[in-house]
Amino acid sequence: MQIIVTDQNGTVHELEALEGWRVMEVIRDWGLNIKAECGGSCACATCHVYVDEAWEDRLNPPTDEEEDMLDTVADVKENSRLSCQILMSDDLDGLKVTLAESARQDEEAA
Amino acid sequence: MTGNEIVTDVIIIGAGPVGLFAVFELGLVDLKCQVIDILDRPGGQCAELYPEKPIYDIPAFPEISGQGLTDNLMKQIAPFGAEFHFSQMVTNVEKLADGGYRVTTDADQTFVAKVIVVAAGGGSFQPKRPPVPGIEAYEGKSVFYAVRKMDEFRDQDVVIVGGGDSALDWTLSLEPIARSLTLVHRRDQFRGHADSVNKMRALVEEGRINFVMGQLGRLEGENGQISEVVLNTKAGEMGIPGTRLLPFFGLTMKLGPVADWGLELHENALIKVDTEKFETSAPGIFAIGDINWYPGKLKLILSGFHEAALMAQAAKRIVHPDEKVVFQYTTSSTKLQKKLGVA
Repeated sequence: MQIIVTDQNGTVHELEALEGWRVMEVIRDWGLNIKAECGGSCACATCHVYVDEAWEDRLNPPTDEEEDMLDTVADVKENSRLSCQILMSDDLDGLKVTLAESARQDEEAA
Repeated sequence: MTGNEIVTDVIIIGAGPVGLFAVFELGLVDLKCQVIDILDRPGGQCAELYPEKPIYDIPAFPEISGQGLTDNLMKQIAPFGAEFHFSQMVTNVEKLADGGYRVTTDADQTFVAKVIVVAAGGGSFQPKRPPVPGIEAYEGKSVFYAVRKMDEFRDQDVVIVGGGDSALDWTLSLEPIARSLTLVHRRDQFRGHADSVNKMRALVEEGRINFVMGQLGRLEGENGQISEVVLNTKAGEMGIPGTRLLPFFGLTMKLGPVADWGLELHENALIKVDTEKFETSAPGIFAIGDINWYPGKLKLILSGFHEAALMAQAAKRIVHPDEKVVFQYTTSSTKLQKKLGVA
């Protein structure tokens, strides 16, 4: 099972994923640039990704809580999701996402 | 500066759960603490990121919220009379000739102590900066992440961005004095208090403020002064007049000035410590909780509690080098119980 992640520099990574892992955890485990500062509890938005068009409808829709957290980033698009809220399963083998600027570990604070 | 300088045994930087528990462990060995935090209340990440989220891995608490944990810790450390200095960030740490340290905050408060405990978690919480090109040049002049002086906004074209309580509260507070006020949010749902949302919607109805569904695109202006805020909306780009911009996208953690204190770091992000005392490369400066690193480190609250206990033993030896440290249990020592106010 794998996911295909484009990082903020445009580099594409094919990452081995495990069933039941959060997509955020897979990305973090492989050392890509993701801050994920709340650790996966849907309490920040620093694991923000854009989901590839072909996959958008195949994910569970975001909860109200996730939508609320997406309010705290300024680069939201129609296909924005928090990667900590996507659980890996067989159905998602091959999932394609792109890391948002607002997920950077060195994300700009003022 | 020396006029209001505070002299104490230990300066704790960070009032998260681990910083708070450090007050307890230091208190048991008779060390007095001053606690500094950039937030306006205790709790750190527990208060700022997940006050209502249940935590399941605190020993003896099958389930406790971030706020509940913070409240309990505040109760537990109350007997030790630590003093708190909130809404301040430590900017400078200076080594003194006698081996102690002087710490200065951005509120110009200074502290002197033999021991510093850095319990700063993921660093200091600072406002998120939206990814708008060139926004830095306007910050502090026409773009603000907090309202310090309301007068800055009087008779201005104010643009507020965000959907939470900060955005809503300031929309309501600044509307009477602003020349015009536009609230911008990516969707027509708000996560702020229902009452504030209703009040805001009433102002829109009355034509006293504008609401635009969209996101920040770019800024026009010169010499630090914005003149127009260009938004990305479903209908395309839309420019609105703006002479003051308030983006409210919450807070994020940043290592901040800690990086400049000359402490040995791990991967430029965490403070290296030993696992006997949790002391940094600078004698007398300890680091506990999420901000430290040692082989096998786990970022767990309970690890931070353990680190606080061992740190306190070492801190005691530094502050009172002539006293013998006797290890005692709170269950059996009347001395400790007296300190806790229970005997």
